Amino acid sequence: MSGNDLILELKELKKSFGGVVALDNLSFGVKRNTTTSLIGPNGAGKTTVFNLITGYFGPDSGLLIYRDRPLKGEKPYKTASLGIGRTFQNVQVFADMSVLENVMVGRHLRSRTGLTLSAVLPSFLRPEERRIKEEAWHWLEFVGLERFSDMPAGALPLGNQRMLEIARALAMEPELLLLDEPASGLNSRETIAMGELIGCIRDKAITVMLVEHDMELVMEISDRVAVMNFGRLIAEGTPREVQEDREVISAYLGE
Amino acid sequence: MTDWLQFLFMGIQRGAIYAMVAMGFNMIYNATGIINFAQGEFVVLGGLMMVSLTMVMDFSIVFAFFLSVGFVTIVGILMERLTINPVRRPTVLRLIIITIAVSMLFKGSAMCFWGKGSHYMRHFTEAQPLEIMGATIMPQTLWIIGILILVVIGYVLFFNCTMTGKCMRACAINRDAARLAGINDRRMVMLSFALSAAIGAIAGIIITPLIQMDYARGALLGLKGFGAAVIGGLGNSMGAVAAGLLLGTIEAMAGGYISSHYMDAIALVIMLVVLFARPGGLFGSSEEVRLKEF
Repeated sequence: MSGNDLILELKELKKSFGGVVALDNLSFGVKRNTTTSLIGPNGAGKTTVFNLITGYFGPDSGLLIYRDRPLKGEKPYKTASLGIGRTFQNVQVFADMSVLENVMVGRHLRSRTGLTLSAVLPSFLRPEERRIKEEAWHWLEFVGLERFSDMPAGALPLGNQRMLEIARALAMEPELLLLDEPASGLNSRETIAMGELIGCIRDKAITVMLVEHDMELVMEISDRVAVMNFGRLIAEGTPREVQEDREVISAYLGE
Repeated sequence: MTDWLQFLFMGIQRGAIYAMVAMGFNMIYNATGIINFAQGEFVVLGGLMMVSLTMVMDFSIVFAFFLSVGFVTIVGILMERLTINPVRRPTVLRLIIITIAVSMLFKGSAMCFWGKGSHYMRHFTEAQPLEIMGATIMPQTLWIIGILILVVIGYVLFFNCTMTGKCMRACAINRDAARLAGINDRRMVMLSFALSAAIGAIAGIIITPLIQMDYARGALLGLKGFGAAVIGGLGNSMGAVAAGLLLGTIEAMAGGYISSHYMDAIALVIMLVVLFARPGGLFGSSEEVRLKEF
């Protein structure tokens, strides 16, 4: 932790998919306990960044440094246990499971008993299982879904499914939370609620990194904004600085 | 006339075995999207192991039961670790072909160890057959029904009330999201092989006293169990239990009223009819038929 206030550092990342360059020498850092937005036109490589961080695939070259240690191709379940939570652009809840169970699954990482022991003992014999349930309930309340706890997750409207996905990620007690277009498909009222929720998450000392197209939301909640185009970083700074950047304006207006 | 009652007992007894084999198929299907063609071999190994432990080594039934289940479970785990897990680019087809190879290997090994003959095993309890309305029911049949009920209860408790069971369900529903929630999906696949080997072994152990196990029975047992899994809707284990019992009963009725020569054919015809008419199975909705990728 020696004085380094960056929780995540991307160094000269390169990644191409069959000749198409997705990331081209991308470098930037994410400060602890901030909300950083990653924006850019479609196909700029934003989701690729998330997939690299969470270990869906490795970079062709370059380094990812998380908590002062390089990530060396850790698989997604491993990055999760290192404290990186994530939600998806297309909501991914466990549709056939109840809302509460969805969050409980996220919570299992923080349970002390290994999966082998918890396989043998049914819940009513284990106080820990009850604790997992209570903690899961806490995160449901945090996102405001406790009244739906027994509903199957697939029956929730999209906005609530997104909230649920966030609750599941939060239940892992991540240090870094990656949100992939949290507001896409939400109406304006839901978007405002999402903005407030992201604010509350930052207040819990969790570093948030998000990819988002809703500029109003981005400018309102972000401490830092990084702008990508064609796999490169074209600007980075406070929302105000970025809004006034020439290159950003031309990338968005297509000059 | 109490023929029908006699056939019903017989059908339930056969059906219970199909149901358990089908549950084994479903568990691996849910975790990986593949059909494990070595499922019937787990049944055979469980039965033959039980024969050796009780008839040759003279262990008590209870001790031998747990030892046999444990042995086959380890075989299931080894199968996953040595043949499924190392595949570098797993596709459904590749993995299915591997399971076919493994089933041949199991069958061959079983022939080497236990020979080609069929093996007799004593019933769990030496009580007299019961008379119910003119039909007789073997105590072993009651054991089979009782153990099926216990397995179903255990299954429901495991998947609904334990964290590991919930994680396995999560992994089956959405593998990507499960991995990001910190679930090691490969470990879940291993667990599914362990559990379905265990269920297969139990089925083999309880049926052996009634049918005399031999090394080559796996294929047909597997096929009938697969039929039950399809009729119940692949991946739906409670559907599989109902379908297994139904299939066993229809088979027994057909064997009794039509001809016992056609019993196997009738089971397969039913499976085909269900596949034509309701590809999602009797108890699944057709929307649920999804093509899973490994």
